[in-house]
Amino acid sequence: MAAKATRQSFGEAVVALAETNPNIVVMDADLGKSTMTGAFMKKFPDRYFEFGIAEQNMISTAAGMALGGKIPFAASFSCFLVGRYETVRMSVSYSNTNVKLVGTHAGVGIGEDGNSQMGLEDIALLRSLHNFVILQPADDLEAKQAVAWAAEYVGPVYLRLTRQKLEDIHSPDYKFQMGKGDVLKSAKGGQAITIFATGGVVGNALKAVEELEKSGASINLVNMHTIKPLDQELVLKLAKNSRIILTIEDHNIVGGLGSAVSEVVAGAGLPVKVHRHGVVEFGESGTPEGLYEKFGFSASKIKALIQSL
Amino acid sequence: MKAAQPAMDLQAEEVKRLKDIAKELRVWIIRMLAEAGSGHPGGSLSAIDILTVLYFHSLRHRPLEPDWAVRDRFILSKGHGVPALYAALAKSGYFPMEELLTLRKTGSRMQGHPVAGTVPGVEASTGSLGQGLSIAQGLAMASKLDGDTYRVFSMIGDGESQEGQIWETAMSAPKFGLDNLIVFLDYNNGQIDGHTREIMSLEPVGDKWGAFNWDVQDIDGHDIPKIISAIERTRNIKGKPHLIIAHTVKGKGVSFMEDNIEWHGKAPSKEEAESAIEEIQRSH
Repeated sequence: MAAKATRQSFGEAVVALAETNPNIVVMDADLGKSTMTGAFMKKFPDRYFEFGIAEQNMISTAAGMALGGKIPFAASFSCFLVGRYETVRMSVSYSNTNVKLVGTHAGVGIGEDGNSQMGLEDIALLRSLHNFVILQPADDLEAKQAVAWAAEYVGPVYLRLTRQKLEDIHSPDYKFQMGKGDVLKSAKGGQAITIFATGGVVGNALKAVEELEKSGASINLVNMHTIKPLDQELVLKLAKNSRIILTIEDHNIVGGLGSAVSEVVAGAGLPVKVHRHGVVEFGESGTPEGLYEKFGFSASKIKALIQSL
Repeated sequence: MKAAQPAMDLQAEEVKRLKDIAKELRVWIIRMLAEAGSGHPGGSLSAIDILTVLYFHSLRHRPLEPDWAVRDRFILSKGHGVPALYAALAKSGYFPMEELLTLRKTGSRMQGHPVAGTVPGVEASTGSLGQGLSIAQGLAMASKLDGDTYRVFSMIGDGESQEGQIWETAMSAPKFGLDNLIVFLDYNNGQIDGHTREIMSLEPVGDKWGAFNWDVQDIDGHDIPKIISAIERTRNIKGKPHLIIAHTVKGKGVSFMEDNIEWHGKAPSKEEAESAIEEIQRSH
């Protein structure tokens, strides 16, 4: 199977979209080689704006561009973008400006650079801001469709993208639907385990479930590419027929997908346990594969976790 | 200046018209704040002469068509000065003057700081200091992409200029060649905790902006002919953004408020408002 980092998918998609949409502009803060906006810079130099290492200026300027009718994609590492939280709060969320924040380098999956460069709290912070749509695609095809959706949609969008390559999990006829959970596996019987996973860990979760299915396990696996607005209907439907829910995300265990799912389940008064699997400490340096093993996101660690439930 | 001076009487007539409007707007600012029972008189009164020139002389705008695509934009980055903005917008005809008296009331669209999409004519949500100037920059960049179809004006405070984001934009706007961006620094030397020169001095502020490659002018921010000519002059300077350092007096026009830090963020009582209004109306 082919594999591509979703930051690369974004870089390619935004160039393709800009061919037909003259209002698309791209902004970066000295990370164009990493956020993959370089191709856009070469193709559309007049619509590419380099801010240097000044993220808050870039974010508020993107808001002004949006007020002026442009569709700005402002890219940086997720931790540096959302680290300017109050700027995002005023200039984007409260102003409801048509800004697309592109946060790459999500999670411990970035590897060697370590904790200071890892986006680990970004979903938690942005979930509390009104007007935001939060998207986290799980492979190349989905990422490109999510970028295209964001360009069409009028309002603030946060795209959470990976540094590491992700294997394709979708067939070429896949259609991304914002706000609708993508059911990858359906349980064969009752008393199922239901897994909601998002982003860089979905591929490994799929591998783990496929192995367990061979021994007859009854598991629902949903790729939650849209974290906000969450597909509440799907969460409740599956929760009613599950003995336990497992959420998996390369993000702080507080405030991310696991919290979002728990809010829905608890809010409906459903008597089902939600086991949240995420990052419970600071990130650190290591190979992406080594860190996924250490933090429990490898296929074998996910498989063992499911078996323990 | 090479341009011929307008006939003195015509200019004098226009200045008189603008002075009368500024006087009326000062009265409204006092009335609004007294009615609201809270708000920021000092920085509204220091800014109002500049806003008067902008909205009643310099800006290209259509109050009955607030979304007119090629209107000049004004972004009040020092959002707490919003009573001055609301008064100028209402007097321009964006909404009824009476609505000014709903400032800060529960359920009113006249929010305590500017919110885009509420009151017609308010272009951006500001009040978290430092961000409005970047937003103005973004609009100026959008205008350039559209063929330089409108100019963007902004006003920052001197206290606000302590924010790092102001200096990020100070660095970036010249790089982007935004000669369609005209920024007023309302240099009233006051902020909540005291005089700006003592809290965290900006000096030498003109040298700093000049070193960042801005076109810098120094004017008396209450001198209407000087405000007009400073704006006119920016049209002749190409390739650079413009900073107009407007030396102002906090609370200008009301003697007991002038340069008194206490009046940064306090509304006048009914009696104080009456005395302030009487003084404004008496003035020339």
